[in-house]
Order: sequence, then C-alpha cells, then structure tokens
Amino acid sequence: MHGKVRFALVLGASWGVVVLAGAAIVLLAAADLGEAERALLGPILRERAPSLTLATLLLLVPLAFIVRALCRRYVTAPAKLVEDAHIMLAANPSHRASPRGSAEIRRLAAGLNAFADVRESLLRDVDARVREANEHIEEERNRLAALMSELAHSVIVCNVEGRILLYNARAMQLLRKPLDEAGAPGKAHSLVGLGRSVFAIFDRNVIIHALETLHDRLRQRTRAPVASFVAATPAGQLVRVQMAPVRSTASDRTAENARDAVTGFVLVVDNITRRIESGNRRDLLLETLTQGTRASLASMRAAIETIASFPEMDQEARDRFVAIIGEEARRLSACLDETGSEFADSLRTEWPLEDMRGSDLIAAARRRIESRVGVPTKLEKVDESIWLKVDSYSLMQGIAYLVKRLHDEFGIREIRFGLEAAGQFAHLDVIWSGAPLGVETTMSWQTDPMAAGGEASPLTLKQVIERHSAEIWYQIHKPSQREYFRIAIPLTQPEEAAWSAPAVGASRPEFYDFDLFHQSGQRPEQDDRALAQLSYTVFDTETTGLSPSGGDEIVSIGAVRVVNGRLLDHEVFEQLIDPQRDMSPEASRITGIEASMLEHQPTIDKVLPAFLAFCEDTVLVAHNAAFDMRFLHLKEEATGVRFTHPVLDTLLLSAAIHPQLESHGLEAIAERMGVNPIGRHTALGDAIMTGEIFLRMIPLLAQQGIRTLGQARAASRTTYLARIEY
Amino acid sequence: MAKRILIADDEPNIVVSLEFLMKKMGHVVRVASNGEEALDAVGEFNPDLILLDIMMPRMSGFDLCQTVRENPAWKGIKIVMLSAKGREIEVNKGMAVGADAYVTKPFSTRELVAKVRELLGE
Repeated sequence: MHGKVRFALVLGASWGVVVLAGAAIVLLAAADLGEAERALLGPILRERAPSLTLATLLLLVPLAFIVRALCRRYVTAPAKLVEDAHIMLAANPSHRASPRGSAEIRRLAAGLNAFADVRESLLRDVDARVREANEHIEEERNRLAALMSELAHSVIVCNVEGRILLYNARAMQLLRKPLDEAGAPGKAHSLVGLGRSVFAIFDRNVIIHALETLHDRLRQRTRAPVASFVAATPAGQLVRVQMAPVRSTASDRTAENARDAVTGFVLVVDNITRRIESGNRRDLLLETLTQGTRASLASMRAAIETIASFPEMDQEARDRFVAIIGEEARRLSACLDETGSEFADSLRTEWPLEDMRGSDLIAAARRRIESRVGVPTKLEKVDESIWLKVDSYSLMQGIAYLVKRLHDEFGIREIRFGLEAAGQFAHLDVIWSGAPLGVETTMSWQTDPMAAGGEASPLTLKQVIERHSAEIWYQIHKPSQREYFRIAIPLTQPEEAAWSAPAVGASRPEFYDFDLFHQSGQRPEQDDRALAQLSYTVFDTETTGLSPSGGDEIVSIGAVRVVNGRLLDHEVFEQLIDPQRDMSPEASRITGIEASMLEHQPTIDKVLPAFLAFCEDTVLVAHNAAFDMRFLHLKEEATGVRFTHPVLDTLLLSAAIHPQLESHGLEAIAERMGVNPIGRHTALGDAIMTGEIFLRMIPLLAQQGIRTLGQARAASRTTYLARIEY
Repeated sequence: MAKRILIADDEPNIVVSLEFLMKKMGHVVRVASNGEEALDAVGEFNPDLILLDIMMPRMSGFDLCQTVRENPAWKGIKIVMLSAKGREIEVNKGMAVGADAYVTKPFSTRELVAKVRELLGE
C-alpha cells in the first residue's frame, strides 16, 4: 500500500477512535444527568455545536503529528533497514545501515552492520584467494604452453567428448585441410582449434577404439598406458598418433573405475609419411629381389639340371633349354636394373603396427561383435602370453566383418575364439559349427569391401591381412564338425610387460608437477619452511623383534616420497634385508616375512647407502619414528651411514592434533582420518598408509597454527613430553 | 605305370622343364597356365597328381587346391604346391588347405622327381 494512503488511513482511524471515545464519554455523562439538567444543557450544547465540531476537527492536527512520529520510529526505520540490507547484499558490500528509529531498531542496525563487516572481509578474502589461484593456474598454463610450443611433435589435448582443449602450433600446421583439390599451400584452413571436435580430423571410431584400448591398459595398470594408431590426415599425410589418458584427480580411483577416471586424452601426432615411404621402398626392394627372382632362378635351375641329367637329349630339346636359361638370365638382370629405378614409384601403403596382447585383441573384437553384430561369443583355448604386431582397429573390424557375414548369410548364432602360438606366428581362430563354406564364398568374402558392424571401410579383408603380413584360410575340423577361419599373425615380444603398480589409492598421476618450480631449493634443515611445501620420505621398517639394542635387526625397509603435498606412489623404496640372524616364528607371523624369503637378500650395509640416497634432501616421516630411527642409528657405526635428516613422527603429531584422544596407533589414526589400510604389515604398505595420514594431518595442524617444520617439531616435542608425564 | 600329371603354372619357362621331366618319368602330361584352366583340366583330364603353382592369374593355387579337396570324386588326386613364396606361414597354409607337399622355388629337380615318385607310390 502506498505510504501516504496508509498514513491517511491510520490518521483517519485514530481520529475516529478519539472522536468515538469522546462521544462515548459525553453520552455516558448524559445518561447520568437528570431531566432538568438535560433540559438546561441541551440548548447550551446546541448553541456551541459549530465550535465543538471545529474543536473535534482541530484534534486532527496533533493526532497527525503523533501518528507521523510513530510511523517514523516503527514503520519507516525498519523499511530503511531492509533497504540497506538489500544494498549490502546485492550491490555494495561496503554499504552500512545508518542508525535511526527506536532504540531497538538502532541496535538491530548495529547488529546488521557487524554482520556486514564480517561478510565483507570474507568476500575480500575469497576474492584474494581466487585471484591467487587464477594467477597460479595462468602461470602453469603459460609454462605448459611454452613447453608445448617447443615440442617437435604435434600435440592435441581433448576432453572425453573429443573437444580440443589445448594444442600446439605444430598440430595446427600438420592438420590442415586443403581448400581445393590441389591442396595449394596457403589456401588451407586448420581443423585444429579450441573447442572444435577432434573427430573432424580423425575417424570417430578409430579414436573410440583407441580410448577403449587405453581403458583396458589402465585396468591392467600398465605403467605407461598409451594406445596408438595410424591415420591419414585430411591433407593426405600419413600420421602415427599416440594417445595417452588425462586422468582425473579423484582420490578414489581404482582399477575398476578406470573408465570414469579418464577425463580426456592427449594425442601426440607424428608425421610418418616419409618414414613409411622409405620403409616401403626397402620392403619392396627386398620383395622384388627375393620373390621376384625365385621364379627365374627356378626356371634356370630346372633347365640346367634337366640338361645335366639327360645327356642323351636331342639337339632340339637341348637348344630349347639353353634358350630358356639365356632368357631367364636376361630377365634376372633386367629385374635387378628395374628394382634400382622403379620400386620408388610403385609404392603400396604399409601400415606401422603396434604391439598388442592377443587376448586383448580378442576381447575388443568380442565386445564389438556382441554389441554391433549381436552374436554371442565364447573363448576356447586362448594363450594369454601371446603378443601380436597388429593394427588392432582394422584387424578387429576384419574379424567383426567375417562374423557378420557368417551371421547374415549362414545364420551362425555363436562364435568361439581360440589363440595359440605356432612357430613365429599366432593362430587366431574364429570358430563356429554347422555351416561349411565353399571356396568361392571364402574367396569373395576376402575381396569384398568390409561393411561389418554398421560402418563402411574402404578396405577389404584381404588388404587388412596383407597389411599384417598375415595369412587367412578356412578349415574344417572333421572330427568335431567345426569350421573355422584361421588367421596367422606374426608374433612379437611385448614392448613392456604389464606392470603392476603398488596397490594404493592413487591420487593424480605424479609424472609431472609444475609446482616443483616453486621449490626454493631443497633445504629441509630450515625450520621455517612450510610443511605443505617440503619433500618427505615416509618410511617404515619391519624387524626381527622389538629390541634394537637386544640384537634385533631390520628385515625390510619400505618408503614412499611425498612431494608438494602429493604422495608419489611410483617413487617407492622397497627392500628385504638378510638380517644374518634367525627370524622368530612370532616375527614371521606379524611381518609375513619367512626366513626363506630373506636368503640371498642383500645385507644391511648394502641397503642403507641406497636408502640414504633415496632419502636425500627430504624430511623423514615415520609412525613411532623413534623406534625405526633407533634401528638406523644403531647401524651407523657398522655401516658408516648416518641419517641426520629432520624427522617427524605421525604418532606425536596425532597427539598434538587430538590431545584428548588416547589411541594414536597407526590403524586408529587411519580410521579417524579416513585412510584405507592397504597391505598392512609390509614395510611399504605401512609407509604408504603413514604417508596418506601425514598428508591429511597437514591442514589439521595448520588449523592449530602449526604450519612450519619448526613448529611441527616443537609441537612434537611438547606432546612427547606430555605423553611421558602421563 | 604311366600316371597322369597336370602342371598348373603361368611361367612357361618352368613348365618346359617340368613337362620334360615328367614325360621322361613316363607320365602323361597336361599343362594349364592359369587357375581356371587348371580346374577345367582336373575335370577333363582326371590327373593323378597336380604340380600346382600358387601365384596364378584367375584363381590362386590355394583356392584351386581347396576346391579340389571339396570334391569327394577327386579325393585321390595328389597335389604338390610350387611357390616362390617361401615363408613358413605360406607352407602352413598350403598344407592346411590340403596340399600333399609344398616345394619352394627354386627347387632341386632331383628332389621334385623323388617327391612325385613317393606320392605316386612308385
């Protein structure tokens, strides 16, 4: 309601109340009067009626003043306050409510202002942090950009949807699309650009297949999961593309959800057109010189041997053989001359191949067949140790193509796969039963363009097989009434064995860390360095017993590095040690280390120098460090290896964080901090767990004002003393 | 006893020697210079043994061999593959599709003759 209208209404109402109250008093008084008094008073009042009415109306003026004052104090002041609050909230955090109105409302305004003060400073703080973080990111990005621009390879970084997030100039240059057929230089636009789709450059299916290969390798915890493929660029260049995953920073990443953990991929593109050409030349030369000359040599040798074997041969026959020898000799010479000049012009594209585990290829083919062709598949005997040299995408396409034709034309309802080694080849069998094929069918299947699984490939199965220097044939196994295509593919040795990473809840990959640029020299002696910036070696030992001075010895050391607030689970130290004394059954039970495992292990004097090197320039961290340090110090004299590093103890730090709690055992802390215990009671397992705990302690310590190494050591000393006093 | 030999090869210069050798062994010889011709000849000539080159026009030796093996009427025909392809894998494939012997070019005529004798049970 409008202010003035409301004011008028309130005023009118209060006036009415006053007038009615006056009238009521007059009426009450009148009821009390006697007849004579009323007769006396009546005319007097009637005479004074105009002035009484005027007085009543004049009453409005003081009433208006009173109502206005009340409005100001109790209506306008709160309304202003609301307005001020809106301004502070929406427009200007520095605006403050001016005190007005009643005392209560003034106090309310003061309270509101106090809130605003706090909010404003918080906002400033957040702004500052955001700015800081942005600068940090910007700096990293510039560094990355500088690095990428120096690379000789073309690099493209994409998210999982295939949108380009980052690329370098070389990638832009290489992946141009010619505007006209001739592809004249300068008249080309690049297909690479931020936010563009990488599928405009490379076939979507090839990329997806490579991603699937990556996922498989991630699941197998390959050390460097990389998939590669060969593709033609829009400008007709042949490129080899290596794909590496960009992994998420989610800390719960495990082998099972590797798929979710990949947030994008990096493509490193290498122009191999020239390399292929020269490689082809060599291959073709070899082929011409071997295969091409065999036929001529065979004719010559047969003719010569025939003449020699039949000396009684008539002249006419002899002349014919001599003519053949002469002709084939001339043909051989001509062949040699030609190969020297001609082979360069007749190039057939040969594909570089990658190493792949045979069982992975079959798994990929099965997935494709089951999802696209809709034929269930099973495995027969599959030799897991077989590695093949393949272009996995085209070969997988070829297999799916065969199955589709079997399904479409012969109604085959189930396919089985077998894989076994045979000499230098692997036999990959695509097996079915109940539909023998004719030679013509198998011939035409190999020479028809493949169109299996919904995508057209310009290649034929025959070309795919040739690309692999492989062979394919159809066979019937009579006793079992089964038919199969056997694909014989050259075997290879794996470029690296699948590598099993230490079983830890991995954080982001640690192979790079731009924050290391901020490291102002590794001098952990300095007590005023911030805890979060130091490098640590978190370690644990397993021993023959609990008495270092009573002759117990170290049997195992495990350690992991923590750098820049990250646990580097690829940078670990793990070593069993021959204690040169008996291992008690009790100790074996706890540590899981049998005496037999320690035979032929190095002795402590060999291990400690290596461990010292591993710990160089770091702060040592251990749980109940005093115990482990005692063992190390006792060996100083014998080994000459001195550990003079600063040491932090997670047990003491835990006591500093939670002084009121009594349990500071490794497991109890792990549970409190939400760290999963993995591989407990191995030195490395415990070290990694300690490292995870230590990382989570750093922010908790900071809350208590413990931010530097010196402060942490001081706090440890205090809790140590406190614990002793108890 | 005279046997019937089919020589299927598109290289005339090797055919001359093969033909001469087989005739000297006392066999009846027929020559085909490509795969299809050879397949026709198998039906008409009904050979006891085929000397079969792999790389022929129209139809390869592998395919011809498999076609012959598909027909039960031709069960008794012996097949010797001759090829300039000498890799282990081609030999395996040749034997897998039903060849009785695989001889890599260039070959020794004496060994070829011995192999033919052996297959014909002489």
